[in-house]
Amino acid sequence: MVELLDRKLLFVTGKGGVGKTTVSAALSLLAASQGKRTLVCELDAKGDLAASFETGPTSFDAREVAPKLWAMSMDTEASLRQYLSLQLKLPKAAHIGPVAKMFDFVASAAPGVREIVTVGKLCWEVRERHYDLVVVDAVASGHIIGQLAAPQAINRLVQVGLIRQQTGWMLEILSDPRTSGVLVVATPEEMPVTETIELIDRLRTETTVSLAGVIVNRVLPELFATREGQTFEAICTEPARELLASKLGGRPEPLLDAARLMVKMRRSRAAHLERLRESLSTSVPGGSPVPLLYVPYLFLRSYGLRSTRQIAAALAAELES
Amino acid sequence: MTRPPKAPVTLEALAAAREILVVCGPGGVGKTTVAAAAAAMAACHQGGKVLVLTVDPARRLASALGLSPARAGAQRVPVSAFVKAGAVPNGELWTEMLDTKWSWDRLVSQHAPDAATAQRILDNPLYQNISGRFVQSHDYIAVERLYELHSQGAYDLIVVDTPPTRNAIDFLLAPERMADFFSSRFLRLLTVPYRSRFADMASRPFYHVADRILGSQFLQDIAEFFILFQTLSEGFVARAEEVQRLLSDRRTTFIVVSTLETVPMREAETFMGLLPAKGFHLGGLVLNRVLPAYLFSPGLAPRAARLCEDAEDLSRSLCAENGPLHGTEPGLVERVLQEVGANFNNIGVVARREAGQRSELSDLPSVVVSVPELDQDVHDLEGVLALGRHIWS
Repeated sequence: MVELLDRKLLFVTGKGGVGKTTVSAALSLLAASQGKRTLVCELDAKGDLAASFETGPTSFDAREVAPKLWAMSMDTEASLRQYLSLQLKLPKAAHIGPVAKMFDFVASAAPGVREIVTVGKLCWEVRERHYDLVVVDAVASGHIIGQLAAPQAINRLVQVGLIRQQTGWMLEILSDPRTSGVLVVATPEEMPVTETIELIDRLRTETTVSLAGVIVNRVLPELFATREGQTFEAICTEPARELLASKLGGRPEPLLDAARLMVKMRRSRAAHLERLRESLSTSVPGGSPVPLLYVPYLFLRSYGLRSTRQIAAALAAELES
Repeated sequence: MTRPPKAPVTLEALAAAREILVVCGPGGVGKTTVAAAAAAMAACHQGGKVLVLTVDPARRLASALGLSPARAGAQRVPVSAFVKAGAVPNGELWTEMLDTKWSWDRLVSQHAPDAATAQRILDNPLYQNISGRFVQSHDYIAVERLYELHSQGAYDLIVVDTPPTRNAIDFLLAPERMADFFSSRFLRLLTVPYRSRFADMASRPFYHVADRILGSQFLQDIAEFFILFQTLSEGFVARAEEVQRLLSDRRTTFIVVSTLETVPMREAETFMGLLPAKGFHLGGLVLNRVLPAYLFSPGLAPRAARLCEDAEDLSRSLCAENGPLHGTEPGLVERVLQEVGANFNNIGVVARREAGQRSELSDLPSVVVSVPELDQDVHDLEGVLALGRHIWS
């Protein structure tokens, strides 16, 4: 099996709000720290990627944000301009502006056109070997299929022309499991897990890109094993609480309630995690198991480079184990 | 001198004064559940016919509420379900799930000049490919369906759960974008009959390059589709304007849902600023999954610190011969006490961060409510109503 970070192109997706951007940032930081020249690209340009590195806003021109790590954000029009001037060797740069605008308009209706330019840029970076690894902070699970299946959609709809000619090499890159893969991020909650299971199924049936792994983000700590749980209950009985109250100089109940809250929160999430594990273990009969990585919930005052580093460390530990 | 009426300070009062509640906000914060809860509370306490229109509910919640795609029409949540949940509804709760493809097809049939044109559009391979995704099609179809339901007048209150979008603002801009699409000069350029293009000297390089990139066949396919689609223009643009008007007038209010986590909060704040700027009414903010307030009670942090530091002493006292936990292994008790103390510190950091984030919020709507982190997922009417009680009054 291919090691996760030995691939060249990783699309990080998942339901909205599960931490795609943070995971993409952490993963790229980890790869760069292992000496790989890494590009991380935010597709939706919300600016969260820059916040993960505590740098200024990212743009279409990649910028080095850490040693060996470059960050950029996707811009369809800029991507198309680059594409037109590089691939098609357009005679006059002046024509590119209006053509790019028209293209954008056509793309609002024609399936796969916008996606082919986006995915094309990423595949191109891989083909030209500008980087050892390209990490894509991709669109949410609802939209990722359309993006990854864009070359096929173009092939179906477009018979000739330069766009069509580009799909061959892109498909080659996307379909090679040693080169490209999708990482699905989920949190142990009902909808994110359900969407992850559905997405994995659709990836297999509707695209040629392989599933590189599933990352479960924000996993709450397990406070007590069975014996500790029983002991906790004993500590919650009145005589024990009274003794603690006198020794601590105040009531212990809020502290005990907070522990109980954490246990309950973890328990309700554990069921979803179990559902995910079960689905993954049955999803590939005879195939190699899908790597499942856990990232703990971080109890931090704020999010930024520090939390990105902590998640990178958690991912490193998971990848080694 | 008359004073302007005070803005409602509860969701209950807000819901009573409006005909449409649009529940919106960043992804993954519990919009669907909040929308269902607001609708269920309105049906219970205010009476009348209340509809919740949703896009992609969790399966268990959907089946609990009898949700099925629009094709099947709205479904009424039976009174027996309320009774089972320990509530007596004054009114009726109806639910409908949006079916994008079906709604698009209907829209085409309604606005096409004749049945034959409608059929040609429906059969067009480009249309079939795009009706699931065209110009933020989910967003547009949600507002469109909302308009239709509202103008039919069957419901006293409609609560809309907005579709998951890349940006919450997409939902608001959908009608505008639809109108822009039809008025675009590119649409005119592309729908110029193919042969006469070459007569138009000014646009020659444009077509030349477009042909090279997309291939003339595809360009013709696109043009053909756009020519067909243009027949819908009049109806679509007029409709989009009406939809826009309904969303921005006093019958409609927006409820923003968010958690207090950093990223969703940032998106929610931006959105709350944009709503009034775009002429929409921001009625309320629902903060979901908020940690309980007792975590801030004064004096708890030192107690938690002592629990960690003095765990060994404390466990010895607890397990002493006349102690309450005599017979329990002291080492075990020590570990548990340390865990309890450490957990309080952990959870306290998050609770304080969230409280800080909340206190920094500015330009808040008059209704701001918090929903505590619940023990389990909301997957039946009882759970929906339990959540509803936190947001209602």
